[in-house]
Amino acid sequence: MLAYTVRRILVSIPVLIVSTFIVFLVVINSGDPVANFATSRQPAPSQAAVDAFARHIHADQPAAERYWNWITGVLHGDWGPSVQANLDIGHDLFTRFRVTVTLVAASLVIALIMAVIFGVFSAIRQYSAADYAITFFGFLFLAMPVFWFAVLLKQAGIWFNEQTGSQFLGTIGEKSPYLDVDTPWNRFTDHVGHLVLPTITLALVSFASWTRYTRASMLEVLNSDYVRLARAKGLRRGKVLVRHALRTALVPLTTVTALDVAIVLGGAVITETIFQWHGMGEMLVQSAQTVDVYRTMAWLLLSAVVVIGFNLVADLLYAVLDPRIRYD
Amino acid sequence: MTDTEAPGSAGTHLPPADHEFTVRYRSRTRLVLRRFVRHRAAMVSLVVFVLIVLWAFVGPHLWHYSYQKYTPDNSQAPSWKHPFGTNASGYDAYAQVMRGTQTSLKVAILIALGSTAVGAVWGAVAGFYRGVVDAIMMRVADLVLTLPLFAIALVISSRSGGSWYWIAAVIAGLTWAYVSRVVRSTVLSLREKEFVEAARALGASDPWIIFRHLLPNALGPVIVNATVLVATGILTETALSFVGFGVQPPDTSLGLLVSQAQTAVDTRPWLFYIPGFFIIAIALTINFIGDGLRDAFDPRQQRVRQ
Amino acid sequence: MTTTSHGVREVPVTEAVLEVDDLSVEFPTEDGTVRAVRGVGYRLGRGDSLGIVGESGSGKSVTALAVMGLLPGAARVRGSVRFEGTELLGLSDARLSDVRGNGIAMIFQDPMTSLNPVHPVGYQITETLRRHNPDLTSRAARARAVELLGTVGIPSPERRADTYPHEMSGGMRQRVVIAIAMANDPDVIIADEPTTALDVTVQAQILEALQAARAQTGAALVLITHDLGVVAGHTDRVAVMYAGRIVETGSVEDIFYTPRMPYTLGLLGSLPRLDREEERLTPITGSPPSLLNLPPGCPFAPRCPLRREACDSSEPPLRRAGHDAHLSACHFAGELVGTGAADVFDTAGADSEALARFADTPPSTHAEEDPA
Repeated sequence: MLAYTVRRILVSIPVLIVSTFIVFLVVINSGDPVANFATSRQPAPSQAAVDAFARHIHADQPAAERYWNWITGVLHGDWGPSVQANLDIGHDLFTRFRVTVTLVAASLVIALIMAVIFGVFSAIRQYSAADYAITFFGFLFLAMPVFWFAVLLKQAGIWFNEQTGSQFLGTIGEKSPYLDVDTPWNRFTDHVGHLVLPTITLALVSFASWTRYTRASMLEVLNSDYVRLARAKGLRRGKVLVRHALRTALVPLTTVTALDVAIVLGGAVITETIFQWHGMGEMLVQSAQTVDVYRTMAWLLLSAVVVIGFNLVADLLYAVLDPRIRYD
Repeated sequence: MTDTEAPGSAGTHLPPADHEFTVRYRSRTRLVLRRFVRHRAAMVSLVVFVLIVLWAFVGPHLWHYSYQKYTPDNSQAPSWKHPFGTNASGYDAYAQVMRGTQTSLKVAILIALGSTAVGAVWGAVAGFYRGVVDAIMMRVADLVLTLPLFAIALVISSRSGGSWYWIAAVIAGLTWAYVSRVVRSTVLSLREKEFVEAARALGASDPWIIFRHLLPNALGPVIVNATVLVATGILTETALSFVGFGVQPPDTSLGLLVSQAQTAVDTRPWLFYIPGFFIIAIALTINFIGDGLRDAFDPRQQRVRQ
Repeated sequence: MTTTSHGVREVPVTEAVLEVDDLSVEFPTEDGTVRAVRGVGYRLGRGDSLGIVGESGSGKSVTALAVMGLLPGAARVRGSVRFEGTELLGLSDARLSDVRGNGIAMIFQDPMTSLNPVHPVGYQITETLRRHNPDLTSRAARARAVELLGTVGIPSPERRADTYPHEMSGGMRQRVVIAIAMANDPDVIIADEPTTALDVTVQAQILEALQAARAQTGAALVLITHDLGVVAGHTDRVAVMYAGRIVETGSVEDIFYTPRMPYTLGLLGSLPRLDREEERLTPITGSPPSLLNLPPGCPFAPRCPLRREACDSSEPPLRRAGHDAHLSACHFAGELVGTGAADVFDTAGADSEALARFADTPPSTHAEEDPA
């Protein structure tokens, strides 16, 4: 098991290197920060200043050398220069990561729990009114643009606050700029209040597709020969469901969840933009706007590590849950 | 017992591959169509989707306002003159939604076509040759699959200048790998079938086998996957445009229209809801169409168990 | 309880453990109602064995699942199924599950998919033991499971109890399924094509394991198969099913030596036999009818070489042919005395017919659904 884990991590490293190198090539060719610098400043900077800027952000180096310097730098904790003066990319990244991680984690957990509940229910009551309703809303949510739904939720949150006369549901930012009474409890409720709407937004898309996946997987298992044999042994429906159907039906969901983490991260960018969070989403948007190569790469590298990490955990979990998978 | 498939007769009585292929193909198409027509949600969706496409592409030629022409009416609620109202600058929202739908559809369809074409050939070649070729090609596809679609699309299309085909190309460049996986697995199972053996025995070239025999038979999963890509495409493009990295003014897309209206949900709700409904309608109908096609190509799911 | 020796002609007059009467099963589908089983009845005395033979789609498996109460919810079941005098149809699922695995046990066709992949085989046996014997300790259940694995011929059962199904061969898995079926000393074991999915070499061993299970439990057996050869060696009585009905029933001798239904004749004619040298195999041409909108008349008529006008107008009832325990559903059963398959079915056209059908069969897995 341990050997398998170590080997999986070792295999991930070359994948990470090749994929970040390709992404690096894409990113350095996706815009010209030096030209931006030269044209967007008033008064126009001198040629010497432009050259100095190009040297500062390593725009004068060949791509391969630049990549090598960057990746080795990252290993030593140096995330490279930003186009913005006085911006420590590493510090920026981890501050924002802490903001985003709560949002992503909360919505993953909620989406997963809801998907299992609704998917399983839908499957055991196949062709019932509830099944049709769940299926219809599943389709609807799959077709719903996250940004549109988020704006609606934001409006609903404002309306809710007006009706109740409270400020519980935060619609702007990840926390209030200041609190009237600054106690740990107030800080906590403020944080939760700001988390509610963005979490619902982000959970929605993966919830819809995971519900459909759970339903299909559950139906397949419920129609399987071994569930029929379990029933033929005299086991009651509930027992068959828990001991025989759920376990086998839900194991593949771990893989699906891990594969969808990248999509959730993309959704977080949109969600954070609408609710004006100062998280990783804002960081990506800003760095793309300013053609900030190293800041973009920092974002992409961290998200790649998160995605690979999730897939690793999913594989290990799968191996533990399904005896057919061997890890040697 | 009427077990007619005597093992000895297997190889000898196969008709020539081509003849066999066309007969089988035609009857199967009819079968698939019949099953699809019976899928009510899919049929209704198909009608709605076709109507939306016609409206978006033919409508602008018949409508008396252009999407980029000011009208003297500012911030008007929907009326006979402006069915979808007007925005704060006086643009006719009906013309704008029509144009936005057209752009978003063009992007989504180009994404589906582009990534399906590239992915299908990529997957078919990998599955057909197997071995080293397969290993290398599929590692490349896996690599593309690990890239976070939205983030990379956002970074690259910041350079697009808002042209719709560039945005489509960027997204298609990141989604073709899904198609290649699907096609490869189908081809792997098909290449051992008798009609491929027969074609090879008759001296058919590799490209001939791939394009005439393998790809047409992988059509079912490919078409189903293409519908998924249209839905993914439209949701990705509108999201990009919403965040400001997609289609740029003066052109417009459904995502851009929603973005411009997001602060006016209370004051001019028609500007916000209508383009949103169109995105949902397109993605929803295409998903239902895909579902109907999936059932039509793979009837096993609906069978009554005995 | 002793096993009945082969060749007993009389139906034992002891009490019946399982009585199926006028059972019919319908499935509503998009295209109309599929009448999968149409008025099937049989009676099984204690320790009896009955073979049910027929092509796929003839309703054999559906009958078995109806007896177990395991058909999907959409199925409409009518008639009567009595187990030790208790009517099972209409019983609540909770009451039924007390009977399943305890009074009546079932063995399914495909051992590769019958066992749950995530539980060790020992657990899958103790589960049924403890379900019906709540007082059994886990240690005792485990000991009994190991004992059962030994009975069905699994080497080193103590060690094998902890392995997962995927670590076993198909034959071994089917033995486990048999062990599960016999675990609670059932009165009836229904085996639905227990050897069809297995290698020919393993089939005999599995049938032996099944006999061992019967010898130990004294259970009556319903052996569903499409293989007349299996029936001949392992059951006393045979029921031949066609298009959802029993078309001929009698002792093994009745069926094999004095068949009174052209379909049975055809089945016998397509069975390779070593005792008669010169005969060629005589296949039945055509395919079974769709159970959707069955036309009036005998459902076998379109394939029957003895078809006459009467065959198209009314469906023959199952009635006495020869003696009381031999029943046949043919208008002209009386004329079939002493007739062999080669007298009725054409041998000459057989090969070309078979080849022509093969050429029509689309090789794709997506092609037209099997009428089953």
